[in-house]
Amino acid sequence: MDNKENKKSIQEKLNTIKYNCGNKTHLVVDNKKCKKCKQKTCSFICPANVYVIDDETKETIVQYENCLECGACRISCPQEAIEWCYPESGQGVIFKNS
Amino acid sequence: MSNDFNTDVIVVGAGPAGISAAIEIAKNGRKVVLLERAQYPGSKNVYGGAVYHKALEFVFKDQVQELPYERIINEHTYSFLNEDSSFEMTYKNANSKNAYAIKRFNLEHWMIEQAKKQGVYYSPNTLVKKLIENNGSVIGVETEFEQYFAPVVILADGVNSLLAKKLGLRENFKSKNFILSAKEVIKLNKKIIEQRFNLKEDLTNGVNKQYFGSDFGKLKGIKNLFMMSYLYTFKDTISIGVGVNLEDLAKTKLNINEVLDAVKQHPDIAPLIEDGQLIEYSAHLIPEGGFNNLPKLYANGVMLVGDAAGFVNSVHFEGTNFALVSGKLAGETALIALDDNDFRESKLSVYKEKLEESFILKDLYAYRNVIELLHSRANSLSVYYPNKIKEFFEIVTGVSCTPKAKEFRGFLIQFIKDRKISELFKDIYAFSKCALDVLLGK
Ligand SMILES: Cc1cc2nc3c(=O)[nH]c(=O)nc-3n(C[C@H](O)[C@H](O)[C@H](O)COP(=O)(O)OP(=O)(O)OC[C@H]3O[C@@H](n4cnc5c(N)ncnc54)[C@H](O)[C@@H]3O)c2cc1C
Ligand code: SF4
Ligand code: SF4
Repeated sequence: MDNKENKKSIQEKLNTIKYNCGNKTHLVVDNKKCKKCKQKTCSFICPANVYVIDDETKETIVQYENCLECGACRISCPQEAIEWCYPESGQGVIFKNS
Repeated sequence: MSNDFNTDVIVVGAGPAGISAAIEIAKNGRKVVLLERAQYPGSKNVYGGAVYHKALEFVFKDQVQELPYERIINEHTYSFLNEDSSFEMTYKNANSKNAYAIKRFNLEHWMIEQAKKQGVYYSPNTLVKKLIENNGSVIGVETEFEQYFAPVVILADGVNSLLAKKLGLRENFKSKNFILSAKEVIKLNKKIIEQRFNLKEDLTNGVNKQYFGSDFGKLKGIKNLFMMSYLYTFKDTISIGVGVNLEDLAKTKLNINEVLDAVKQHPDIAPLIEDGQLIEYSAHLIPEGGFNNLPKLYANGVMLVGDAAGFVNSVHFEGTNFALVSGKLAGETALIALDDNDFRESKLSVYKEKLEESFILKDLYAYRNVIELLHSRANSLSVYYPNKIKEFFEIVTGVSCTPKAKEFRGFLIQFIKDRKISELFKDIYAFSKCALDVLLGK
């Protein structure tokens, strides 16, 4: 699959969504587990491309601001490395037409 | 109400399940607090596009007449998609008023207005962080700012139900029991929608399309993908989306957005959304575990309703009806428990009895093997039969100047030779077992 094209497509689509973004992440990964993880499921399963694996450090970078709060990453991470909760009250994604 | 409690019942989550539960309690004169993490009702929630008349009427009675819906969905099509062709069946009933297309933002706003009229105390911007327990009983909830106490707490916090998980009512979430769906809402001129879908201008009729098949575009050649796509017409928007089993996504390393892009480019679908403007992208999970993977539905002082309980028939894209009805049944149970001042698990088992009497557990039971069977035959459904249907219709409709009888014979021989014959028997077994289960029910 053409990863770049999909990432661009996601980015354009995310621009249509409203967020009330807080300044604290609601998604925390355990990078100790991530460094050992072969599957890197989070990096392709997320519909908002929130997880990016840093080429150099191999750490998982979490762009929590884009999260759609679906829960797919939480359930599919093979190492259960994601501490997943909802954004604080009133924060996060705002779907108006869905 | 005992002095230690702030209210009779606390409901967590203002989707259809929670709102329905809260209404049932308030309208019978008990105090209920409905807590929702979102700022605006419905703004965290995503679905395909239709709510069902019967379930709404069950909760809202005559008020349903005032539902601010966009269209009445009275035409349903089922299509099998191929690379460049499709086979479609349509059922249309001009007089049907079974389903309404309405956006969740508007649906939940309307439902909350009804709830407030009945005396529900609605608190938005309120994230419940954990449940408070005492002596093995749930006795309240903790939000960011305060604690609320009540002898019964109803969890209507949706598919991810973190609270049910923390309480140990739901076991580990397995990816094979969830569908991830991505969806787009596309704006088009109302007239254009009516032309493209052959709808009468002076009526508010609308269409729901369901698509099977995955062997096209970028997805061509990918085997064993269990996926379903859908389209709903609204007044001046179209909702188009696709759902794929989460485990299949992980195995194939596909991203749901690229699956959606492939669906949108299919020659059968592209013209329907052509020149439309994307106004919102969204994604959400659907519980797919069904009857065989239900969580514990109640415990001391607590009940699970709607998606939190896994009540969805994902074959038919039905969920709001299960949510509305299970919410009401939990509400009725809470009222009985309040009257008898007994909130133990043994008392709340009334909820289970009510679920068993209703269509909820009957339907979930009848469909208990269907998803798994369909999933096990994903390749037949998504790739093999759509291709065979194409070959068949190429013969029926193609004017190839060879005798048709010869072509049909060739088709049949190929049908048997193409795959191991055992595959055919597996399909026959799976599909007839599905049909039998559903027919026999409970
Ligand atoms: C893509 C898709 C298409 C679908 N299509 C259809 C369809 O066409 N027709 C149909 O009938 N069904 C459909 N469904 C299913 C349907 O949407 C759900 O079954 C239904 O919304 C479930 O209602 P609910 O009230 O249980 O949960 P939800 O609607 O998910 O509501 C849960 C609420 O709880 C809130 N919440 C969660 N946690 C907390 C917390 N800790 N504190 C406070 N609030 C919290 C959430 O913000 C949310 O408002 C579809 C689902 C999806 C994902
Ligand atoms: S899949 Fe889980 S463990 Fe692997 S990199 Fe992603 S978050 Fe880390
Ligand atoms: S919850 Fe969904 S959108 Fe948010 S990071 Fe996880 S997979 Fe991505």
